[in-house]
Amino acid sequence: MTGMSETTYRDALRQALDDAMGADSTIVVLGEEVGRYGGAYGVTKGLIERHGADRVIDAPISEAAIVGAAVGAAMTGLRPVAELMYVDFLGLAMDQLANQAAKIRYMFGGQVGVPMVLRTQGGTGRSAGAQHSQSLEAWSVHTPGLRVAMPATVSDAYHLLRHALTLPDPVVFIEHKALYTRKGGLDPAAPDAPWGRAVVRRPGRNVTLVAYSRMVHSALEAAAALAEAGIEAEVIDLRTLNPLDMETVAASVTRTGRAVVVSEACLTGGVAAEIAARIQEDCFDWLEEPVIRVAGEDVPIPVSPGLEAASIPGAPLIADAVRMMLP
Amino acid sequence: MATTRRRTKAQEAQSNRPSADELLGYYRDMLLIRRFEEKAGQLYGMGLIGGFCHLYIGQEAVVVGIQAALEQGDTIITSYRDHGHMLAAGMDAKGVMAELTGRRGGYSKGKGGSMHMFSREKNFYGGHGIVGAQVPLGTGLAFAHKYRGDRKVNACYLGDGAVNQGQVYESFNMAALWKLPVIYVIENNRYAMGTSQARASAGELYQRGSAYGIPGRVVDGMNVVSVREAAEEAVAHVRGGNGPMILEMKTYRYRGHSMSDPAKYRSKEEVNKMRSEMDPIDNLKRILVEQGVIDEERLKTIDREVKEIVTEAAEFATQNPEPDPSELWTDVLIEA
Ligand SMILES: Cc1ncc(C[n+]2csc(CCOP(=O)(O)OP(=O)(O)O)c2C)c(N)n1
Ligand SMILES: [Mg+2]
Repeated sequence: MTGMSETTYRDALRQALDDAMGADSTIVVLGEEVGRYGGAYGVTKGLIERHGADRVIDAPISEAAIVGAAVGAAMTGLRPVAELMYVDFLGLAMDQLANQAAKIRYMFGGQVGVPMVLRTQGGTGRSAGAQHSQSLEAWSVHTPGLRVAMPATVSDAYHLLRHALTLPDPVVFIEHKALYTRKGGLDPAAPDAPWGRAVVRRPGRNVTLVAYSRMVHSALEAAAALAEAGIEAEVIDLRTLNPLDMETVAASVTRTGRAVVVSEACLTGGVAAEIAARIQEDCFDWLEEPVIRVAGEDVPIPVSPGLEAASIPGAPLIADAVRMMLP
Repeated sequence: MATTRRRTKAQEAQSNRPSADELLGYYRDMLLIRRFEEKAGQLYGMGLIGGFCHLYIGQEAVVVGIQAALEQGDTIITSYRDHGHMLAAGMDAKGVMAELTGRRGGYSKGKGGSMHMFSREKNFYGGHGIVGAQVPLGTGLAFAHKYRGDRKVNACYLGDGAVNQGQVYESFNMAALWKLPVIYVIENNRYAMGTSQARASAGELYQRGSAYGIPGRVVDGMNVVSVREAAEEAVAHVRGGNGPMILEMKTYRYRGHSMSDPAKYRSKEEVNKMRSEMDPIDNLKRILVEQGVIDEERLKTIDREVKEIVTEAAEFATQNPEPDPSELWTDVLIEA
């Protein structure tokens, strides 16, 4: 299949798995409801029919063993895609991810790697409550030995997943539950950028908005609103958090002199803090204003829709932060 | 090691047969859960409830039968499929429904939702959304009962899917080792989301505690009298300081796993057969009528009472205000 076509984030992910499985027989998909049910969010629908129950495996509700078995199989050169239905369930699988998957290459002196992908989804937007709505990317980013990808667009959903399925090391691939139905263009032959590079989604000269995952869209919305007031915001989509492309960020901030880092995850100790710190370190002499983080409230996610929406940043809050920075 | 506890005929005769009044009470309690859940399903369809909503329809006999064997001060804990447990524990239908609609009058002030409610007064310890996570918690509740020497027990509910969580077995071992007063009630409704028991679980669920010496028993979870009998025996065992017990309740959920589940993994015939032949409420009603315990008039009165409670709950839950915006920041931690 070539050329650009319109599809959804969900379908792009499925196509990535489908194409990758067609090309590489070492790929197996393992998780709860991934087979016959087609995935809790429908991402793996049809894969079991196309690739068989030996490769698309319905697992019991045993996250620690699902991820651990994926790590073990990956050590032999298989390329498992383990699915956690919600990133919140990382708590159960975190030991296998952080103490096994992430450590194995290093502590065995580089003799063996863990070429697996942990697919999961996070974020708010569906009144799913405190135990099914978190943004926990910081846990993985804080663990050396893991790659972390968080696609915001349909094209990246496909291309980042395809690339993750070629890497020699474990990749935590975090989708956003509110993006599955999002539509966009996809050319399977043409990624937006190479793996590990951030992409400027909207150019601007007054301020740099650094975002990833769903917040890219909120940042773009804010930028559109600001443009009406004559403020030109540049929006950067990080795409991957490991690697973290500070070069693209610095190239922008040294031009604009102002940076706002946007993240849905709660503020304290989050990825946004890491990025803000690096901007201060890399671009201190160019900064007109302190770097600002616009992030989730430091609270568990509430169910009531009004409270839930208020617990994370939206475009108006991002735009306000920008206005505060400008003279 | 055989762990199924088969009761002798003599024991059977000795056990307390439920009185007519008790049976009527169970009928009413089960009906309340059924009607409450039907209403919740309607409100969901109308967009008044969002997010998760896992209905308990079909499984009513389990909580009502277990509750009948518990005493004041015993504690209860379960998963996210929790509305029935809360109503059986005597929690207020208004507060439960208002939590489903995310309103300030809900049991968790609209912050927890369908899966997360709590009542200290009724010793209901939640409403937990991480499959299996309530099992160590229930074990801890039992630990506290033993530590305090209050002779109370914990009823810890889990699903046929939850039995495959590792932390369940860490709990079983501790509970057996320390002889904790906990009854693990496995609600085997045959499916965990779209996965049938046969596709997810090796072996028999009631035997999952065998290696730890935890007695297990299979119970007809569609029959409230059988549930009560088994529960009474288990409670006596556990309260007597003999350590934990497992009751595997054979039951069935009529609706999808949650509201978004089209339930394509099972046939309509299977569901219809369970509904028409095994329904816990219809079957008890038939017995009550046959035995002359209840007449049409009394049935109608109970129906009306239950309907009123549910209607009132729905009205409250749709008219009660949303939480105040300032509630976003409360209850994270106590100021210190
Ligand atoms: C640790 C964890 N894994 C997966 C899920 C997603 N999930 C929610 S309910 C469920 C099925 C549980 O089935 P069962 O234990 O049989 O309980 P039932 O829903 O039948 O009451 C799954 C997989 C979860 N909430 N928590
Ligand atoms: Mg079940």
